[in-house]
Amino acid sequence: MSVESLFPRLEALLPKVSKPIQYVGGELNSTVKDWDEATVRWALMYPDAYEVGLPNQGVQILYEILNELPETLAERTYAVWPDMEALMRAEGVPQFTVDAHRPVRAFDVLGLSFSTELGYTNMLTALDLAGIPLEAAERGDDDPIVLAGGHAAFNPEPIADFLDAAVLGDGEQIAIAITEVIREWKAEGSPGGRDELLMRLAESGGVYVPRFYDVDYHADGRIQRVAPNRSGVPWRVHKHTVMDLDEWPYPKKPLVPLAETVHERFSVEIFRGCTRGCRFCQAGMITRPVRERSITTIGDMVEAGVKASGFNEVGLLSLSSADHSEIGDIAKGLADRYEGTNTSLSLPSTRVDAFNIDLANEFSRNGRRSGLTFAPEGGSERMRKVINKMVTEEDLIRTVTTAYTQGWRQVKLYFMCGLPTEEDADVLGIADLAKKVIQAGREATGSRDIRCTVSIGGFVPKPHTPFQWAAQADHETVDRRLKALKDALRGDKEYGRAIGLRYHDGKPSIVEGLLSRGDRRVGRVIRAVWEDGGRFDGWSEHFSYQRWMDAAAKAGVDVDWYTTREREENEVLPWDHLDAGLDREWLWQDWQDAVNDVEVEDCRWTPCYDCGVCPTMGTEIQIGPTGRKLLPLTVV
Amino acid sequence: MVQRLRVRYAKRGRLRFTSHRDISRAVERAVRRADVPVAFSAGFSPHPKISYVGAAAPTGVASEAEYLEIGVTRECDPDRLRADLDSSLPPGLDVLDVVAATAGSLADRLECSAWEIRLPGADPALAGKAVESFNAAERIEVERLTKKGMRRFDAREAVLDLHAIEGGETTAGQASGQSCVILRMVVRHATPAVRPDDVLTGLRLVADFAPPSPPEVTRLAQGPLDVRIGGPADPFGLDRDATRGGETGPVGEHVDGDL
Repeated sequence: MSVESLFPRLEALLPKVSKPIQYVGGELNSTVKDWDEATVRWALMYPDAYEVGLPNQGVQILYEILNELPETLAERTYAVWPDMEALMRAEGVPQFTVDAHRPVRAFDVLGLSFSTELGYTNMLTALDLAGIPLEAAERGDDDPIVLAGGHAAFNPEPIADFLDAAVLGDGEQIAIAITEVIREWKAEGSPGGRDELLMRLAESGGVYVPRFYDVDYHADGRIQRVAPNRSGVPWRVHKHTVMDLDEWPYPKKPLVPLAETVHERFSVEIFRGCTRGCRFCQAGMITRPVRERSITTIGDMVEAGVKASGFNEVGLLSLSSADHSEIGDIAKGLADRYEGTNTSLSLPSTRVDAFNIDLANEFSRNGRRSGLTFAPEGGSERMRKVINKMVTEEDLIRTVTTAYTQGWRQVKLYFMCGLPTEEDADVLGIADLAKKVIQAGREATGSRDIRCTVSIGGFVPKPHTPFQWAAQADHETVDRRLKALKDALRGDKEYGRAIGLRYHDGKPSIVEGLLSRGDRRVGRVIRAVWEDGGRFDGWSEHFSYQRWMDAAAKAGVDVDWYTTREREENEVLPWDHLDAGLDREWLWQDWQDAVNDVEVEDCRWTPCYDCGVCPTMGTEIQIGPTGRKLLPLTVV
Repeated sequence: MVQRLRVRYAKRGRLRFTSHRDISRAVERAVRRADVPVAFSAGFSPHPKISYVGAAAPTGVASEAEYLEIGVTRECDPDRLRADLDSSLPPGLDVLDVVAATAGSLADRLECSAWEIRLPGADPALAGKAVESFNAAERIEVERLTKKGMRRFDAREAVLDLHAIEGGETTAGQASGQSCVILRMVVRHATPAVRPDDVLTGLRLVADFAPPSPPEVTRLAQGPLDVRIGGPADPFGLDRDATRGGETGPVGEHVDGDL
């Protein structure tokens, strides 16, 4: 059965919507394959607006890998803005892919990448527009398998009723494995329909199929147990880890959009995983162990990617990029290669360390010198011990002083508010720290033209972290502390005008907290919010706290119970049957250490502290140095 | 910068939905991919010397005649540059013509535009009557939201020619077999610019004429007003004459205007 392009019908709507180019496709390096020559077809969705979703690395990597497979095609789809949604409903145009404008419902798999829980309502919009039943149980053999991945999929329980399946961890190999399972099943004539396909995926051990697990509850609402409801389904589902990043050098040909997007650069992951052990950081916990990409592969990827895209900025991504064992050689090698080409290099996520200034100087050699960002995360020494962010005030002052004396004028400091055990004084400590930064900068440079911006995010306890048991701070407390901080900064005549403060109110964090640590009963709230018009919850202009609270009340869900309640050690957590490799006892011990201000070193350079990942997953830390250098590019 | 190249390009088909900013990013990247030796501005934040000439066709409007100028640090063969740049741009953003700039400002030569408006499903008789009324009017005041707020201006005087022809071919977004009215017009560039949608507003005001589906608009040409043909002539004519005649001085000598 061939599938026709929806573009002629869509085209009539485009003059009436904002930023129509986002729906047109045709990005450089995008791929359109023949529908009938493929036996397995994926629609990949990043459930946010095109401008946010297009640059997403995960989607781009899987898109390229799947399209390289024979008889397999992958296309992309994104959340449409409300103006387009209204027109599509009025004209009966279903959710479409931007590549060949094919209807999403015609694909075998709809794979969604959830970086954040705030995309859940957008998933429901897409399913509904596609004509796919919202509840997985109501889907038939003609509907795609709705499959979630990404960091939020490490606790997919709040959306379990809407999903057919979820995968944890790195997607490269498991996406191929799933493709082969589907191909085989289809080649056999799709025996047993949808149920058998899901069973085959579940039996493989690498795919979580929520419907094959039953959740029992205690009378007080806590979970009693989560257990498979049929034989052959594993008790625990494990995450996937790609061990050799040099074997998976994707993206090779980055998508270059016509529309403006949030990241206009070519990004290369220089390593995955992080063992610094920041206790609030879910990404650092669930992506272990550290696996470096080699300096030479990084060099090759940058060269090919810049050539294929024409981007003038290269981002070297990871959770703590300066920690690559050969980052100095990478920085110098790339800066040398791109000398005089107006190609700038950027290094997001760096630690507070004077070494970083040298890197930043190297990186800004060929491009623009903007600001530097450091993340002490906690405002007081004690707070930083609790979260295991091992940065002393002395480190920070020394680092920013170096930055200011070397000509950087703008420094951004990132903190969190609402951390476990936090008191008012810890947040007010941020003001003291910022003042000291300005003072040190003025003294070092002899100039008053020194600025720093303090940016504050609300802390949300996340699954698979030592803080998974913690009580989330209520939004009143967070708002009160932020106001006190603001007053302390604004009221200061000597430093106040040199310090910018950026923060959000505490309410969105409560909704994020509900979705992060929620269980299957929270799904009703998501659906009710969506039915009430909830869309684009990650966008402050679309987000409505009241809508979420009303929906929770209607669904009989106690938001405080899910957010501000501290959990006991033996409480069954909704994600306990999903294995990120972390030993539960170690996580609990680390939680106890946090409360007692005990720090843990990075296991890259100190002995193993038994977080459990390497032995459980059969993985190990993979770091250099390789001792190799980047050679100059030869001009052909 | 040793040379300045003038580029005529088209935005066609789906890519008519690109905005001017989208195009400018796409061109910058294409220039890099094609290894064009583009000059950069000096200073803290260097920018490639690419400037867009004339008023860009609005988002959603196709064009066969948009213009830009590129400053380069090494002399380039215009035909080679045309081919390289064209193959580096996505299909739909097509480079049609490149000349080396000689004397004079290109912007000054873009005096008027020829436009085509396709109106799928419109009634030819009603369209003809509306065009008649439009041409008969002295002045037609229209309102449009501009960057400077709501402006009221005359949409009639700048229109040098407006006539309707009946087209049979189908276009995208149109059911087959449906009639299609085609309006052709020549509009002098003025401030505020009179755009095709202003003319459509004018047709509605003078004759209550409203097309049943979104119009498909294309800019066909831009250039100096040639009274013999009653429309735009090729704005590269002068550059080509100068090159053919071998009258150019040292490259860049006559270049004026600031990129």
